Amino acid sequence: MKTKRHFIPVLTICAAILVLWYVACIPMNAVVAETKITAAGGGFANTLAVSWGLDRPVIPAPHQIVTEIWNSVFLIAPWKVKSLVFHIWVTLTSTMLGFVMGTLLGVGLAVAIIHSKLLNKSLMPWIIASQTIPILAIAPMIIGVLGSVGFTGLVPKSLISMYLCFFPIAIGMVKGLTSPDPMQLDLMRTYNASASQVLWKLRFPAAMPFLFTSLKVAIAIALTGAIVGELPTGAQGGLGARMLAGSYYGQTIQIWAALVAASFVAASLVYAIGGMERVVNVRMGARP
Amino acid sequence: MAQAVIEAKDLGLTFQTADGPVFALSKVDLSVEEGDFVSFIGPSGCGKTTLLRAIADLEKFTEGTLTVNGMMPEQARLARSYGYVFQAPALYPWRTVEANVGLPLEIMGIGDAASRIQRNLDLVNLSGFEKKFPWQLSGGMQQRVSIARALAFDPKLLLMDEPFGALDEIVRDKLNQQLLELWDRTKKTVVFVTHSIPEAVFLSTKIVVMSPRPGRIIDVIKTNFPRQRTLDIRETPEFLKIAQRVREGLKAGHAYED
Ligand SMILES: Nc1ncnc2c1ncn2[C@@H]1O[C@H](COP(=O)(O)OP(=O)(O)OP(=O)(O)O)[C@@H](O)[C@H]1O
Ligand SMILES: [Mg+2]
Repeated sequence: MKTKRHFIPVLTICAAILVLWYVACIPMNAVVAETKITAAGGGFANTLAVSWGLDRPVIPAPHQIVTEIWNSVFLIAPWKVKSLVFHIWVTLTSTMLGFVMGTLLGVGLAVAIIHSKLLNKSLMPWIIASQTIPILAIAPMIIGVLGSVGFTGLVPKSLISMYLCFFPIAIGMVKGLTSPDPMQLDLMRTYNASASQVLWKLRFPAAMPFLFTSLKVAIAIALTGAIVGELPTGAQGGLGARMLAGSYYGQTIQIWAALVAASFVAASLVYAIGGMERVVNVRMGARP
Repeated sequence: MAQAVIEAKDLGLTFQTADGPVFALSKVDLSVEEGDFVSFIGPSGCGKTTLLRAIADLEKFTEGTLTVNGMMPEQARLARSYGYVFQAPALYPWRTVEANVGLPLEIMGIGDAASRIQRNLDLVNLSGFEKKFPWQLSGGMQQRVSIARALAFDPKLLLMDEPFGALDEIVRDKLNQQLLELWDRTKKTVVFVTHSIPEAVFLSTKIVVMSPRPGRIIDVIKTNFPRQRTLDIRETPEFLKIAQRVREGLKAGHAYED
């Protein structure tokens, strides 16, 4: 029912965007297309054919991107460097590693913070300050520095992801772990429950909705972190490397294909966490 | 003479708030003996909850002395001497009814959980609802779950803060009767907060009438009804006389306030 009702509006918006995109291609590609259109004899039909079919357009038409994705996903073996699947895999592994490390770090910090006023006072400013560093801007530099001391591959990239995604988790979990109401906490006091019993039997379950909200934010920025972390590594692979290579060689279609792949991966990851959330909700007897 | 379960002398409790001190309790003298059923009655804000929380060591008193089972309230709490029923059910929404009732057993590491849970759910007339989640129950049923939870580890002392406050008259009468039977059978000591005069008179061996600003005790009335009694006693002259005395006490407390 629900999906059916949403189907039509979503399709309408998609169609509108596609139309706008195709129209926008004409003026935006004009610089490159103009001479070719004249060479082909001008006219409306030629304008469309040339603007939507350039080899190196300023902005590729949607069907060009789709073709590029189709070719680089299905027509090339996934372990080849030319395959988009290979690059998605490279990015995905470092995203996941960074995400897991960031989640553990964020939850750990939150648990430490809610148990100690001292830690709250001393750690919180650092956690906030950590996010004022424009890590995305200096990530390539960090990767470069780490690489020059022989620290390359998966781990440096995932460190960038971890650095970005522990923050929303820590903040969300501090809020979630302190969300039980005073009566629920007093109940534990009357049982003389230990701090770890309160944590496992009350604070963690109460924090679940907050955790999942944070996880959705975190996984998306973990992906961004991984892609940015791939920019300076050049030939090593990953969606970031693919985009960079594309821009070196003016392969705009390839850049856009990688962009679309990245947003597809991000949406899938967020969706997967939404699925986990639903499973946990059912287990925890949430009101449907 | 029975041993004093709760003994308060000159008890005072002052909350320090942003707009000055609040004298929630002042010069409270109280003695609750083993097997007593004691009710606190008084207008809103007179310190009933505060007194109960001080006994439970959920609030620290600031003057006088207070002992529970001859110990400081904190030691009594650490020894898990009492079961507490809050003004609201305070169930954990992610736990089923049986898991909520089993919570104290998990925490205290008490065995034969299944039979204890079953027995106490029977007691509050909720067998058959084991697998339900709190949101699937009515407010009254939730409160009964919270009573079963307080009874699950079989504490000798039961502290109850307006457990039936949100229920309708009929359900309340029925639960009063059940609570009385439980008290008679198990010989527990019960301290019970209420706003209802008939409830207080019907249930109690001792009624403590309180008055606000500062929260204090203005009358203590002992009753002498048989331990096994039915709701019929509410029609007896003795019952009405005691109810009248409680009402007068409450009125006097209010007059003082004006
Ligand atoms: N944590 C607190 N901080 C400051 N003041 C408080 C606090 N708890 C209670 N008080 C004050 O203490 C007084 C007694 O409150 P208490 O909750 O004990 O009343 P009560 O008799 O239980 O009322 P009710 O019948 O409405 O539940 C009130 O004036 C209240 O404002
Ligand atoms: Mg109260």
